[in-house]
Amino acid sequence: MAADLPTPNANASPPPAASAACGTCVFNHAAQLRALGVDVSGHDHVVALAGNPNTGKSTVFNALTGLRQHVGNWPGKTVTGAEGGFGYRRRRYKLVDLPGTYSLLSDSQDEDVARDFLLFGQPDVTVVVVDATRLQRNLNLVLQILQITGRVVVALNLIDEAHRHGLSLDQRHLARELGVPVVPMAARSRRGLDALLEAIEQVALGTVATRARRVHHGDARTERAVRELAAQLLREYPGLANTRWIALRLLEGDPGIERAVTDGTLDRLSSPTPHAVSSETPGT
Amino acid sequence: MTGFSILDRAARLRDGLPEGFRDEVVESLYSDAARITETSVTERDHGTRPPLDRLLDRALTHRVWGFATMGLLFFAVFWFTISGAAGPSGLLSSVLVDHGHSRLHAVAAPLPLPDWVSGLLLDGVYLSTAWVVAVMLPPMAIFFPLFTLLEDFGYLPRVAFNLDRLFAKAGAHGKQSLSMMMGYGCNAAGVTATRIIDSRRERLIAIITNNFSVCNGRWPTLILMGTIFIGALAPPALAGVIAAASVVTVAFLGVLVTLLVSWALSKTVLRGHSSTYSLELPPYRPPKVWRTLYTSLIDRTLKVLRRAVVMAAPAGAVVWLISNVTVAEASIAAHLVGVLDPLGWVLGLNGIILLAYLVAIPANEIIIPTILMLTTTLGPNLFDAQQGVMLELGTAQTHTVLTQAGGWTLLTAVNLMLFSLLHNPCSTTVLTIWNETKSPKWTTVATLLPIALGFAVTALTATVARLAGWA
Repeated sequence: MAADLPTPNANASPPPAASAACGTCVFNHAAQLRALGVDVSGHDHVVALAGNPNTGKSTVFNALTGLRQHVGNWPGKTVTGAEGGFGYRRRRYKLVDLPGTYSLLSDSQDEDVARDFLLFGQPDVTVVVVDATRLQRNLNLVLQILQITGRVVVALNLIDEAHRHGLSLDQRHLARELGVPVVPMAARSRRGLDALLEAIEQVALGTVATRARRVHHGDARTERAVRELAAQLLREYPGLANTRWIALRLLEGDPGIERAVTDGTLDRLSSPTPHAVSSETPGT
Repeated sequence: MTGFSILDRAARLRDGLPEGFRDEVVESLYSDAARITETSVTERDHGTRPPLDRLLDRALTHRVWGFATMGLLFFAVFWFTISGAAGPSGLLSSVLVDHGHSRLHAVAAPLPLPDWVSGLLLDGVYLSTAWVVAVMLPPMAIFFPLFTLLEDFGYLPRVAFNLDRLFAKAGAHGKQSLSMMMGYGCNAAGVTATRIIDSRRERLIAIITNNFSVCNGRWPTLILMGTIFIGALAPPALAGVIAAASVVTVAFLGVLVTLLVSWALSKTVLRGHSSTYSLELPPYRPPKVWRTLYTSLIDRTLKVLRRAVVMAAPAGAVVWLISNVTVAEASIAAHLVGVLDPLGWVLGLNGIILLAYLVAIPANEIIIPTILMLTTTLGPNLFDAQQGVMLELGTAQTHTVLTQAGGWTLLTAVNLMLFSLLHNPCSTTVLTIWNETKSPKWTTVATLLPIALGFAVTALTATVARLAGWA
């Protein structure tokens, strides 16, 4: 299990051509970042940016796209999703900045935007920006997202502040526990950006296997009901990715998910074209 | 219908589940998160917040000192803005308005243009645009970077924290203090920001009261009135301080009105429980000074300026037209002002100001240029102005024009400041309110409530001032 541990490192992809020049050096990943601003045309992959409020999502967004979304040091600044583009190596990515949320379980408008995009927009990669100084609360959201999608990169942001606060974090252990790549970074000073790009590419191309941690629900009856409903979902919507999570939400009577069942959104998701609904997701 | 069979199955399975299974699901998530955290984080020393952060928080969110610092900081920001902007504004005004306008006329004179074309374009569109740039650019270029630095540092959540208790007492949601903060930039943005409030009742309160946050478009009016009427009362050395204090007072009144109206709404038409929530105080971060200066200049200042210019050009044309198209021996503007004058008198304002507020419904930025343009053309012709031409005016001349041609008194200036705080939202904000609420009723309330308050308050101050013999 630890053998294919998805911690990104520079050796994961073979160097195309050894060159002495720093700008083209394979270890200088950030040099291969092309900020494309608002140009999202002809993208190869869709990347969603999620996280708790005020963890630096907009800072990461700006660093990657070269845009200047207003960044404020207070929670709740971004309530609508912003879109931008960037190129890395030979691929083009569309990046969607989702509103910051503490969970995906309530029914407020900003949480709906984030949840609907993760569920119905089916991004190729979801980067969860995490505040390293408040790991536990941030992990609540990470775990919820991991129930929806396994194609996740955790950006362990504000690592410099965590050090300043006397905290040290074992990111290898964290990656092992979560089953997805974990990249320590300080987005405000662009530290860790290269490793993040590398991890995004690896997850997008599937060159690294992620094994998202599934939360098992204590009570046996709950677990059985989830499994039973998930099986029926899979029978009726073949190819649907996150049946366990949808089953759980239906058991809880989540009105947003019930709507998706009756209005045919799930039907469309089970069809073979993965991005059929991404253009009509809210937040644009 | 496969969909409904799924829902039926879910409902049946749900009946077989233990009572509190929802809580259990959340609990299993949380206990997982707690366990992973425990095993991945090690604390080198106890007390995770650096002592400086804790000390700052104790001061900035103190029951007494928190508010004192708040007042002092905002006062300092306005004082810098007012005293720093005067010079550059005068310079821009002389370059763009004074020289630029006559230069353009000199260029246009030999061209075979009809009079009305050069009048409309140069005296209407160009002059109003130049005026807006001269009046707005310098204060905005100082105000925004300062405000953004405070924001970047992490001060705004502390303000929200201080106000939170007050909002809770007013029956509103604590997060309303955050959407209110956004409103100080732009009310439309503030209304959108209310999406962070879950409960519809509390969100409506936040939307309706957002207009009491003085937005970008209104700061210039307050700053100009504060400078030429109120600051001028004090000895020159103190003028800037007094002017800044008057602007802060109006902004403070805005907070007070927000709380009062929220309280009144939550006690009458929008009754209900207030939700609790926890507001997180982010760590203080040393602001990235150069980046902040750059982005706040490029993004905020120029964006606001562009909007003002885009709005000012057509408004200039409208003002020129209504001042020059004559019906029954008087210009349309003169007729309108005549109709509005009695109401203006009752409110301690005048017909010109009310007409300017009608013209400026799309954008409050153009209030002052419009008032000046109409005053110089409709007032006694002291300045030999052509119809609908704005003169090149420094602040001293502006004072002269308003008092001598417009008949303004201190009461007019004070009531204009109050009216600037309390009137209908601009058309962009009204549209945003409609988009966010989709309710004709609440859009109407949010539009008309502030202006009704404005009428009531200005009529009251005017009556009191007149009875007391001050005006």
